Amino acid sequence: MFTALADPTRRFLLDLLYERDGRTLTDLASGLEMTRFGVMKHLKVLEDAGLVVTRRSGREKLHFLNPVPIRLIHDRWIDKYTERRVSALLDLKNELETS
Amino acid sequence: MTTTSTTTTQVYRVYIKATAEAIWQAITDPEWTNRYGYTGYAHYDLRPGGSYQVIANEEFKAAAAAGGFPCPDVVVDGEVLEADPPRKLVTTWRMLMDPGLAAEGFTRLTYEIKAVSDRACSLTVTHELDGAPGLASLVSGQNDDRGEGGGGGHAWVLSDLKSLLETGSTLAG
Repeated sequence: MFTALADPTRRFLLDLLYERDGRTLTDLASGLEMTRFGVMKHLKVLEDAGLVVTRRSGREKLHFLNPVPIRLIHDRWIDKYTERRVSALLDLKNELETS
Repeated sequence: MTTTSTTTTQVYRVYIKATAEAIWQAITDPEWTNRYGYTGYAHYDLRPGGSYQVIANEEFKAAAAAGGFPCPDVVVDGEVLEADPPRKLVTTWRMLMDPGLAAEGFTRLTYEIKAVSDRACSLTVTHELDGAPGLASLVSGQNDDRGEGGGGGHAWVLSDLKSLLETGSTLAG
């Protein structure tokens, strides 16, 4: 997943899907200075990483942003309690830095 | 034909090290559904036209009341459109906790379970949210991201379900 996220074009594709989900390859490729084939390759990497899920709608193949893998990372490292601890630390840091 | 049609559908997929039967049970058995995510006892009459209701547990109702949002006993309702255990479940889905969301009416929720190996399955949730922008925002977890509460939506529920099936406990427990 981190390899998939490491590329700026792929992050841009995820941003496009975050703005508006369920887009076709043609739609996504129109926002990039790149061949359809290039965009397709990037989408394949994102799909293999589970960050994009495709679904057929009639003759069209639509691409959806799948936030679950990122959620899993979040949940594994930051549970409710550590999150509170992290925010307490940030408060302390802000307090120390402004005093 | 246009290629820029907008969609109100959301798609979520998680891979779980569990059998399709175990995942099916975790989705359709009220004792299981009360153990993860938003909790509550899901009751399905698993045939086309059958009823679907989620009954809030006492702890949930008490917490909602304490938060200033007293909730009804039935928090979600709908109708079973298709039930093909342990592979596919399609229902209509309406949120009843909030009058505004309830007024958006029924949406359509699909669960699909596919074996990806001897020991693991993918679970895909497709939520078709035509005419339900408030619910779409809630189930995407965006309300929570903005600090308005509402929980992490489908992504969080699926993460919690995966945790429960694989480790025997949820993220909170």
